[in-house]
Amino acid sequence: MGGFLDKVVSSQFLSATLLTFELTVLSMLIGVAGGVLLALAKGGPRTLGWLVDGYVWLFRGTPVLLQLIFVFNVLPLWGLNLSPFTCAVVALSLNEIAYMAEIVRGGLLGVDRGQRTAAHMLGLSEVRILRWVVLPQAARLVLPPTGNQFVGMLKTSALASVVSVQDLMLTAQRQAAADFDYVGALCAAAVHYLVLTTLLTFALRWIERRLDVTRRAAARRDRRPPAAQPGTAALDPTAR
Amino acid sequence: MNRAPRGTPTPPTATPTPVPAPAPADAGATASGGAAPASTARPGTVLLGQGMTRVYHDRTVLHGVDLAVPRGQTVAVLGPSGAGKSTMLRCLAGLEPLQEGTVAFQGELLSRAGSAPRAAGGRIGMVFQQFNLFPHLTAAQNVSLAPRKARGVRTAEADARARELLTRVGLAEHTDHYPYELSGGQQQRVAIARALAMDPELMLFDEPTSALDPEFTREVLAVMRDLADSGMTIVVVTHEMDFARRGADRVVFMADGRIVEDGPAQDVLTAPEQERTRRFLDQILSE
Repeated sequence: MGGFLDKVVSSQFLSATLLTFELTVLSMLIGVAGGVLLALAKGGPRTLGWLVDGYVWLFRGTPVLLQLIFVFNVLPLWGLNLSPFTCAVVALSLNEIAYMAEIVRGGLLGVDRGQRTAAHMLGLSEVRILRWVVLPQAARLVLPPTGNQFVGMLKTSALASVVSVQDLMLTAQRQAAADFDYVGALCAAAVHYLVLTTLLTFALRWIERRLDVTRRAAARRDRRPPAAQPGTAALDPTAR
Repeated sequence: MNRAPRGTPTPPTATPTPVPAPAPADAGATASGGAAPASTARPGTVLLGQGMTRVYHDRTVLHGVDLAVPRGQTVAVLGPSGAGKSTMLRCLAGLEPLQEGTVAFQGELLSRAGSAPRAAGGRIGMVFQQFNLFPHLTAAQNVSLAPRKARGVRTAEADARARELLTRVGLAEHTDHYPYELSGGQQQRVAIARALAMDPELMLFDEPTSALDPEFTREVLAVMRDLADSGMTIVVVTHEMDFARRGADRVVFMADGRIVEDGPAQDVLTAPEQERTRRFLDQILSE
């Protein structure tokens, strides 16, 4: 038992946790950004749409592990020497982009067409309609599934241990191999993963609340005296 | 940040505040009133649709319809559902492409067969049956968004103007409410204020009260009548006979993708010349 607790707070595990966290966040950021771009591209010219479909087909249809090992082993043959960490970020984000593209596309489709029509009639350009009308609404739709992806990525990042990234998983394995305390090492890693996923879940919930207009409105009402209550409609269209 | 004027003869909007502030009541409601500065368009006709034909797949929903809307006029478009009223309005707004014909706004070609309609850049205001307010923005933000982002008006100024417009439609108390906190009638009034914020030359209403309970219909119609009285040019597709009778100068009756009858509101409603119109009116009024 002592071995387990020592491991949980050991510097190896703490720095490994940090590395896992960095790997996840980086891959996810690139994944979301790339996913948004691909989702927008899909709404563009038809050939671009086909390219996006091809990309999604390829990266969703093969194992991440294969992609990871491919990047790690094949890129050097092509003269591209990347660190294991960079390889892992590249492979994980390439894969994530494929999933996020589909999620974001769903979010964009979820925004009512009338929103674009109204914005168009108000004289907003396509880019501004996207920026100020469509994306803010799509973001709310996309957030919960993106949160799932984020938590999933945290765990998938353990695959990076295969290409010798010193993440939580590899650290646990190495520690166990050193003193044969598999239970202690794996449980220590599990604790760190759980802490990360729990913190992440809270963070996502916080963002979700911030984007929720009903909560925003409630907060506003709390700040102000009850001058204007919703529901008690002041029906005075004649007031000029 | 400013919208390229695309060779449009509108007044320059580079600096904020150029446009006449909230349409002064009783401003030159009629044709040659100096209301449209620097416009080379014929002063009489704001909107001119000629031979407008719209085909969906292989069904023709609009058969070469002509409609000219003079400045300051309020036109009510009536007719049974499926008559092509909303389609005509959307074609006039440049929201749908034409298979034949043209639409000119202020003497300038907005839409013609074979090419995508141009955007009127907010100079044609439109109000929809489903309001289409931006749900993530407050009432005031809904109103100030387009002036800020499409015309580069400074935030403080756009916000002040938004509150002014919301006050004008009777929503001074609700400027910071989100759409979901407002009744349908209130939402529709925000939508009207939102369109007015771009100082449109013309307002199109697509069944603005069809999604509303009767008690809220009244307040929206009151705002529309107010707008008409202030000299705004209005085309409204509606089922509200009361508005057509008392708020409109002219009634256009449509059926089967054609304009069947077109004339002064009183004449069309009380003494229709066409059998089709008479039947429609009998049916509506007997309900």
